[in-house]
Amino acid sequence: MIRLEHVSKVYKTSTRPALDDVSVEMDKGEFVFLIGPSGSGKSTFLRLLLREEVPSKGRVYVSNFDVAKMSRRRVPRLRQSIGCVFQDFRLLAQKTVAENVAFALEVIGKPKNTIVKVVPEVLQLVGLEGKADRLPHELSGGEQQRVAIARAFVNRPLVLIADEPTGNLDPDTSQDIMLLLERINRTGTTVVMATHDHGIVDSMRRRVVELDNGRVVRDDARGVYGVGR
Amino acid sequence: MRTSFVFSEVVTGLRRNVTMTIAMILTTAISLGLLGGGLLVVRMVDKMQANYQGKLEVAVLLTNDVSANDQDCSSQPCSGLRTSLQTTSGVETVVFENREKGFERFKRIFEAQPELVKLARPEAIPATFRVKLEDPERADVIVREFSGKAGVKSVDDQGKFLDRLFNVLNGVRDGALFLALLQALAALLLISNTIQVSAYTRRTEVGIMRLVGATRWYTQLPFLIEAVVAGIIGAVVSVVGLILFKAFILDRVLGDLFSSGILPTLGQLDVLIIAPILFGVSVLISALTGYVTLRLYVRL
Repeated sequence: MIRLEHVSKVYKTSTRPALDDVSVEMDKGEFVFLIGPSGSGKSTFLRLLLREEVPSKGRVYVSNFDVAKMSRRRVPRLRQSIGCVFQDFRLLAQKTVAENVAFALEVIGKPKNTIVKVVPEVLQLVGLEGKADRLPHELSGGEQQRVAIARAFVNRPLVLIADEPTGNLDPDTSQDIMLLLERINRTGTTVVMATHDHGIVDSMRRRVVELDNGRVVRDDARGVYGVGR
Repeated sequence: MRTSFVFSEVVTGLRRNVTMTIAMILTTAISLGLLGGGLLVVRMVDKMQANYQGKLEVAVLLTNDVSANDQDCSSQPCSGLRTSLQTTSGVETVVFENREKGFERFKRIFEAQPELVKLARPEAIPATFRVKLEDPERADVIVREFSGKAGVKSVDDQGKFLDRLFNVLNGVRDGALFLALLQALAALLLISNTIQVSAYTRRTEVGIMRLVGATRWYTQLPFLIEAVVAGIIGAVVSVVGLILFKAFILDRVLGDLFSSGILPTLGQLDVLIIAPILFGVSVLISALTGYVTLRLYVRL
């Protein structure tokens, strides 16, 4: 599903590579934690998958997209098959919960009758039925993140990328969000989650890829956050 | 492509920057109004040239001596002048007008000012050859050849007077077009600026759109349409402005010149004829500016 082959990324403003000869493969339906200290290259890793950046060296494959080589015109297709969730939720403040989710479908030209059908379904999946008409500021942080997950998942992506999705949430709420991501993972969606949250990584016992200074320093099939930490 | 979605984005965008939008519309309108004014003057000059082309004459005025003594141009130097005028190449017709006829013509022209007619004496009016040329542009040949000949007082080329009038009108046209150009530059920068502000205020939306895989068209079209809609509204304002300007200012100030036929009348039809040009220019410029701005300054 996701394959990086000897990928390096050097930003123009820095001499040190953000990613340094990284080769990783992630299968369909896997749940992968991407861990490492700030500046270790996690965000660059995720941005490469989305084609927000192109690698300086190496190749990136997502599904059947050759991400580094593809033409700009095909980038929207790639992004339509990837869902994204962030630490800061990134909801539209003046749109309701349902409108926020519908927005993701409207802008890729989905027909209205599909949207009307699909949005309530996904809101139910994330446990927000009954809150469709609320505005984001009327919701708790956990609920806002659920909206963001609903929006990321509504188009049934092959891959869900989560960049520190629990970074702004308390431990209990974080657990709820993880349960939700697990549920999405069980539908066959590959989930790649960058995180600093020891507790979550240790309790989930999923695959852990650790980056340090742009290199993969650990890749455990059922890992914990830090050995000897 | 969901048109209703794009349309609602456009409306939101225009509403959100309402002051910028109004500034953009007004600058565009003024620029187009000046362009329209310039085009109207061009039409006026064209009409005038067509009007006068067939009527232009060179007047060869005869001396007081000839005017007083030779009523029917039967003796020298008058008859000789007539023959040589008639044989000059490029001359179409030569009509002799003696002092009496000239005075009648004078009375006819100044019918409206009887006190002027009362003051005038036939003795002040010279006998005249009215020479019509196949090509009025070549009047200087007659002027050169006949000025200073015996019996000739002076040679008047009506084209010369007209040239001065045309010069004034062309000056007005050039001035209007120059101002239009400056104003268009201001409109251009404003359009570009408005789009940048618009893109900035909607950066969250646009960011999400890109992330969920909206195509370039989907993210950029609302901004482009915003610019074009403002351009179209600007064009409407400028055309309405021109119609009102013509009806309430131009017709009043130049009404006498229009009715006497010195200046050809500009109808509202003329304004309507240039309206599509203004619309076209406006749409083209706003779309182009929008496109270039999105390409160069806004990372969508």
